[in-house]
Amino acid sequence: MAGRARAIGIRLAQTVPVILGVVVISFILTRALPGDPAVYFAGAMADEQSIQQVREALGLDQPLVTQFFLYFADLVRGDLGRSISTGQPVLTDLAMRLPASLELTLSALIVSCAIAIPLGVLAAVRQGSWVDHLCRVLVTAGVSLPTFFTGILLVYVFYYLLGWAPSPLGRLDFIYLEPPRVTGFYLVDSLLARDLETFGATVRQLALPTITLALFTLAPIARMTRAAMLQALSSDYIRTARAAGLSRGKVLFGYGLRNALLPVVTTLGMVFSFVLGANVLVEKVFAWPGIGSYAVEALVASDYAAVQGFVLAMALLFVTLNLIIDLSYALIDPRIGFDTK
Amino acid sequence: MDTNRRDFLRMTAAVGGGLAMPFAWASAAAAQGLDTMVVASGQTINSLDLHRTGTNRASYQVAINCYDRLVGFGSRQLPTGEMSYDYDTIVPELAESWTLSDDGLVLTFTLKPDAVFTDGTPVTAADVKWSFDRAVSVGGFPTTQMAAGGFFRPDQFEAVDERTFVVRLDYPSKLSLPDLAVPVPFVINSTVARANATADDPWAMEYLHTTTAGSGAYTVARWDQGQQLVYERNDIWAGGPLPAIRRVIMREVPSPATRRALIERGDVQVSFDIPDRDASELDGTVDVFSTPIENCIHCACLNTRFEPFQDPEVRKAIAHAIPYEAIFQSAAYGRGAPMWGGSEEITDTAWPRPFPYVLDMERAREHLEASSFAGGFPVQLSISLDLASWMEPAALLIQESLGQLGITTTVDRIPGANWRTVALVDKTLDFHLENFGGWLNTPDYYFFWAYQRDRLFNSSNYDNEEVHELTERTLHMAMDDPEWAPMIQRMFQIVIEDLPRIPLYQPALNVAVNGASGYEFWFHRQLDPRRMTGV
Repeated sequence: MAGRARAIGIRLAQTVPVILGVVVISFILTRALPGDPAVYFAGAMADEQSIQQVREALGLDQPLVTQFFLYFADLVRGDLGRSISTGQPVLTDLAMRLPASLELTLSALIVSCAIAIPLGVLAAVRQGSWVDHLCRVLVTAGVSLPTFFTGILLVYVFYYLLGWAPSPLGRLDFIYLEPPRVTGFYLVDSLLARDLETFGATVRQLALPTITLALFTLAPIARMTRAAMLQALSSDYIRTARAAGLSRGKVLFGYGLRNALLPVVTTLGMVFSFVLGANVLVEKVFAWPGIGSYAVEALVASDYAAVQGFVLAMALLFVTLNLIIDLSYALIDPRIGFDTK
Repeated sequence: MDTNRRDFLRMTAAVGGGLAMPFAWASAAAAQGLDTMVVASGQTINSLDLHRTGTNRASYQVAINCYDRLVGFGSRQLPTGEMSYDYDTIVPELAESWTLSDDGLVLTFTLKPDAVFTDGTPVTAADVKWSFDRAVSVGGFPTTQMAAGGFFRPDQFEAVDERTFVVRLDYPSKLSLPDLAVPVPFVINSTVARANATADDPWAMEYLHTTTAGSGAYTVARWDQGQQLVYERNDIWAGGPLPAIRRVIMREVPSPATRRALIERGDVQVSFDIPDRDASELDGTVDVFSTPIENCIHCACLNTRFEPFQDPEVRKAIAHAIPYEAIFQSAAYGRGAPMWGGSEEITDTAWPRPFPYVLDMERAREHLEASSFAGGFPVQLSISLDLASWMEPAALLIQESLGQLGITTTVDRIPGANWRTVALVDKTLDFHLENFGGWLNTPDYYFFWAYQRDRLFNSSNYDNEEVHELTERTLHMAMDDPEWAPMIQRMFQIVIEDLPRIPLYQPALNVAVNGASGYEFWFHRQLDPRRMTGV
């Protein structure tokens, strides 16, 4: 156990240079973007003098190296700076928006795993059957339908035509008040406040965007499950297990699926990180106040602090995620230990 | 007295009805009216303080709804039947009355005695003075807009007593009073603001960014940045008749497709600033208002630094080779007003006005052949990616049409963050599209920004001594001065001949309404719910 803690410590220490690299690169890249934030924020009518005032107010008249050290010093104190377009500290913005994105992405991943993994397993076990074909159709559809299209289609059918879904107006209909903030996840917070009505409203608002994203993330997971399962089922240890007369369930889930899970978990990690940053279009369609649209708006406005804050938050998230995935490898397959690394 | 049961009932009903009169009226009004209005908009509100650096256009509505100015604009019906604010009628808001000295240099305002801030304290001339000082001192857009009306320095403003406020102008100008009715010179509760100011932040920019301290028709009940802003009516508002709608919820919905579904279903009452395409398709299903934006023209600009454009024949050839109608239909879906095929003769001072050019390839060819570039020339046509929805189709249609003359254009797409620098500051784009619109609705104000030498929106580097001179002379002159109209007409004549900017069309502000009424167009292009009601 001590060995494992030490291994985690080493892994964490390894992330420090990565984070430092991200800080430097995001700083340089934002400065390399075309466009001058001072001009942008001074407004169309501004003259030279007022642009200069804005530039000084933003600290952009300093040399780049000085700007970097000022930024880095703030960062060490836990200050991510202030977004010019929202006028709020970037940390506050991220704390508001990251949970919204995480809640959506996590529920989409849970839904898509609940469908994709059984489907992949069944498709592998009954190769060539209708389940296999269904899996293929879903995978193809999921990959080929862009999320904004699925989103608009779902809104059109379930909100506009049928009226089953509530108005696609963000995380909560305006007749409900948001639950007292504990985690920032409305599903959790409303349960903590024992407010089942708000919980229900949150679920209803979540349903369509979740399905949209789930359809999109289903494809790689189902495909990977099927392929990994096929490979596992054709290996020697399965033949041995079958020959030993173990029950079908034990063979399939105890030996087949458990071994097939490794690549699936890897894929899951990749899909998660990809979707979290890339669901801007879903956020736009459902007016979801997420982190993707925040980053895009910040980029358009050359809002340096906000872009840097976003990149850094994402980097930290990915580092944590990779650590969790590595740890879960060891749980799934005891042969993978940290000690060997 | 002989009363039977029926008479008795009737009598009590009458008495009861009489007693309950105000109550009955109130409930009837509530039944007819709209208590809560939900508005969907694609824009995001990023500050509650218009004076702050970086405050975007959508946030101007807070200055309109939650603060008052000394004066406001009246309303009028447009020839199309739609309602609009009226530039020519100035109405009281915080000021009860005002006078202008005979030399036109001193404006004296008397404040309404019952005007109070939302915290109940009276609005005083000192508050007005502090707010105006702030607007001319903070720099950026508010200071520029104040300067347009002739307000430059704090020493021009004086609080004579509690209710008397005096403005001293450096020169008389017709733009001064209207410029006090635009959103910028709003009046802040200076006691509250000062209490929250610091040595580094004497104008309380931090505090007012997230809190309002005004006397306006509404207060901000809730602001979830990036999601919604909720207005509650201020029942002690003295600036005008109490609004009919008690609560207005502004919801941010970035996707136009979602906004369209919401308004069609009637879950929101107003969908603000919808794309031209949605406006043309929704027309008939819900109420659609497409009001041409005053003093705003979408133009194709010919930079005088580019050699071929120095030849007047080339400029006329291009003006005759632009497919106006096709651009108007595919870039604006016919929303707005045409700016081509006008009469040759100039008899009025209407602006924006259609220029007397039409698509006529024969005449275009004749003009080009008469020029020193008869064989055509290559040119880059630049557009801004932020405005691609109309610029892209317009540019492609122009490209195709000019190709027939041998003028080969390549379309250059410039990122929005870069556009202002290259197009307006450096003015290096040879051939480009531009969309200036002025808040103050007079032709000379448009000329001041777009045709006068070295002005920001004069992206063509146009420099005509006479236009420059006439703009200087007309800008502050009263419009009923007998000299004004002839000079304006002369200015029209010159720029129609010189063509530094070729007008394409006047764009429209499209608003879809379903379940509310009383929508009015405003020059600031934000929703003013103060005069709106239920159906």
